[in-house]
Amino acid sequence: MLMKGPETITFERETGNYHTPCPISRVARSHQKIEDSFSLVVGTKTCGYFLQNAPGVMIFAEPRHAMAELEEGDTSAQLNDHGELKRLRPQTVGDRDPSVIIWIGTCTTEIIKMDLEGMAPRMETEVGIPIVVARANGPDYASTQGEDTVLAAMAHRCPEHSGVDEWNRPARLRLEGSPNPPEETNPPLVLSGSLPSMVASQPSSESKRQSVRVAGWLPARRYTDLPSLGAGVYACGVNPFLSRTATTLMRRRKCRLIGAPFPIGPDGTRAWIEKICSVFGIRPRGLREREDAVWEGLKDYLGSVRGKSVFSMGDNLLEVSPARSPIRCEMIVYEVGIPYMDKRYQAAESALSQETSRDMCIPMPRVVEKPDNHDQIQRMRESQPDLAITGMANANPLEARGIDTKWSIEFTFAPIHGFANARDVLQPVTRSLRRSNVGNLGRYG
Amino acid sequence: MKLAHRMHAGPAHIGTPRVASPFKNVHATTHAPLGDDHFNVMRPMPERDRDFTPVTASIVDRHVLARGSQDKVVENTTRKGKEERPDPIAPTPTCTPSILQEDPQNFACRASVTSDSDVTPADANHHRVDELQAADRTLEQVVRYHLNKAHGQGTLGRSLSNIPTANTIGISTLGLHNQHDCRESKRSSRDIGTGVNQIIPEGGLVGNLQNLPRAWFNPVPHREVGLLTAAYSDEEFGMPYISTTPMGILDTADCTRQMQECVGKWAPVFTNLSVDYEPYIDQQTRSVSQAAWFSRSIDCQNLTGKRAVILGDATHAAAMTKILAREMGIRVCCAGTYCKHDAGRFHERVRGFRDEILVTDDHTEVGDMIARAEPSAIFGTQTERHVGKRLDTPCGVISSPVHIQNFPLGYRPYLGYEGTNQIADLVYNSFTLGMEDHLLDLFGGHDTEAVTELSLVPMEKDLIWNPESQLELSKIPKFVRGKIKGKTEKFARQNGITNITVGVMHAARESFGA
Repeated sequence: MLMKGPETITFERETGNYHTPCPISRVARSHQKIEDSFSLVVGTKTCGYFLQNAPGVMIFAEPRHAMAELEEGDTSAQLNDHGELKRLRPQTVGDRDPSVIIWIGTCTTEIIKMDLEGMAPRMETEVGIPIVVARANGPDYASTQGEDTVLAAMAHRCPEHSGVDEWNRPARLRLEGSPNPPEETNPPLVLSGSLPSMVASQPSSESKRQSVRVAGWLPARRYTDLPSLGAGVYACGVNPFLSRTATTLMRRRKCRLIGAPFPIGPDGTRAWIEKICSVFGIRPRGLREREDAVWEGLKDYLGSVRGKSVFSMGDNLLEVSPARSPIRCEMIVYEVGIPYMDKRYQAAESALSQETSRDMCIPMPRVVEKPDNHDQIQRMRESQPDLAITGMANANPLEARGIDTKWSIEFTFAPIHGFANARDVLQPVTRSLRRSNVGNLGRYG
Repeated sequence: MKLAHRMHAGPAHIGTPRVASPFKNVHATTHAPLGDDHFNVMRPMPERDRDFTPVTASIVDRHVLARGSQDKVVENTTRKGKEERPDPIAPTPTCTPSILQEDPQNFACRASVTSDSDVTPADANHHRVDELQAADRTLEQVVRYHLNKAHGQGTLGRSLSNIPTANTIGISTLGLHNQHDCRESKRSSRDIGTGVNQIIPEGGLVGNLQNLPRAWFNPVPHREVGLLTAAYSDEEFGMPYISTTPMGILDTADCTRQMQECVGKWAPVFTNLSVDYEPYIDQQTRSVSQAAWFSRSIDCQNLTGKRAVILGDATHAAAMTKILAREMGIRVCCAGTYCKHDAGRFHERVRGFRDEILVTDDHTEVGDMIARAEPSAIFGTQTERHVGKRLDTPCGVISSPVHIQNFPLGYRPYLGYEGTNQIADLVYNSFTLGMEDHLLDLFGGHDTEAVTELSLVPMEKDLIWNPESQLELSKIPKFVRGKIKGKTEKFARQNGITNITVGVMHAARESFGA
């Protein structure tokens, strides 16, 4: 089923009445990655209830986060914020001895204008532990953007890159200055995005294969191992929701940002490395072959999904990249909802999506920013997609109406980066389609 | 500020949709920032609901923070009225707008002008009430609003029904096994010849609320949700209510006798019959419920004097305490509840059935209490289940907060006579089976792995276990190992011994009878 469609992306914007997890849910994610950190969410019972229900069983595994629950005396300023936070600190941290405490600001701290950024430096000198402030609140951000605010705050804490800006020196000097073989001389490259170690090794090893050395990750596994940043350091994001972090790296830390598609799916991984290589003047080797081999290995999946249609409701900013892979598999994507689209940060990704849809002769889906779930469900009623990628609030009701669904949150947890995880990008998309006959018990199913 | 890792009862704005969403055709608009609509996940996920949750958020964003929501809530409420055509809409504030000091009453007034639906504000102070209290209040507000309206229109049904009927009040979303409890209470009503007038909020239409006063009486099975409504009906229409939870054999019988009293008042007038439920109670206790027989059976004898800890909402914790103590001969070393607002009544109900009482919403206090009490089994919420896991103590879940596995597809009421069977199973399966217990003791258990420390009980480092005694300790079955270890160390400290040998272990065992 091939169609001819518009070749440029159309962006639309709706009311912003959609379901998405509060950005504080990403706290769980970032503190899992930074092993010596401790997060304190300064908010209300609502935040606590959400945190307790959203990360599910993780809360029972001695979490490295806690809630400072604001009481009536706090919101009416009868109690002193600084004093209260200081009073809680010993109980909060217990015997954990963290290298960094992350204060997560919420809607309430915004409304009552609690000056967390102002209090943190003073508290830091009093308690002797670095305190990083991230305002991951619902009025401003959606789900994964919580991680963006934490990493942007972290970027300020990275040590200054002391090395000379070798890359900018004339080539002759560079060769004289370093005895290393040329492939070791790419300037320091820092990748941003908190991926589980297993997954982080994927983009790292892919770049190593092309002789691109990765100097560090933001965040590192330990706060004390944060990479050094500064003029002459190149930075590249691995996730589409890290635009604040990218901005901070460029403007405040003077890094050079490599705008590339994200290493999600085999096509994305290839384009990501190609872009990095082109910036460093390295000729990539064997990438096309590698990508083809991965697609070849996915043949069994591709057959079952060709020609099927997908509707992505949008709640985590990862929507564009995982929509590109289905297009590459000759699936039709009706709509890509997305909470927020940074057209500059995602420019290369959008371009790759357009290129993909042109190559596959499949019309480019419309991208709906700040979608309206009610209207989306009406549109779904008309278009009857084979699969809806959506949050848990809509999944069971849509299944009950005969539309196969996939939880969007899975994309934020599943390993989807790099060539080796290509199968995992398609697995969430295809699983529902592959099981669609399982639960179907005839007309009573 | 208060430090919190886990909470037992959620915030107030969860309580409102808990009673608004089970009504048919009621829509709640929450005035909340993006992401605060987490209730929309709670109903389709744990409850596996097939319909979209009738709760929409009117999003609080930067513009709202800067200049107030102005027309936004009213617009969204009116829009929902057009889209869903619900009977009433309840705008609910979350914690954020309550700090913004916006006036839900005003929103409701303005929205009711532009909307065809009735708009009732849900009034719950976020700082002062929790989920359960808010649910209780909202239900009363909805009922009061509609009865007043019916009264004004002259459509209020005030004449008693011709046959005895009852309203079951307080069957809500996210309540533990509420769906099954609802079915069981319908069944037992039918068995005693009492009709169901209405069940609220579950499955009810607010349009029918006008006929609520036609019932002869109101059973409120769960204390947490429904008591305010029942008290209001009593005050306004003189409808008696029964707040005894029919959970366990004795309380079910007690509850049935109270029904007899309520029905007996009017039955001679309406039906010329006198009512006697005693034969029904007797027959159910002997043949439908197996719990009475179980209490006498040799299985239950093995449970005599075993120690248990109970924690939950006031209804379930009190009922379980009574069941374990009175019906099964189990020693309840601590009965606790997180419903601090109902503490007085809880004290009264468990008097004489437990060693100590704990009223707290601090989960660490509960964890410490359990570690100290060293029970053979815990009956609590999901939080206590996880404490049990860490202490190697089995736990039966008897109260919310609960996980998806506590919304079983099979029929599992906790109330009524079938409920007594379910509870007997739960209790019996939670304790290590009697014979297994003996055999493990005799043959040293099937696991002889190295001794593991218990993280919740701080162990002092001044005591040394020599290799022989460590080996001996590892032979002790895992589920009592911590207890034996603790008792031996206590004995050693009392007697000024620092080096624990096998001999010390035996001496300790003799002195404590462990």
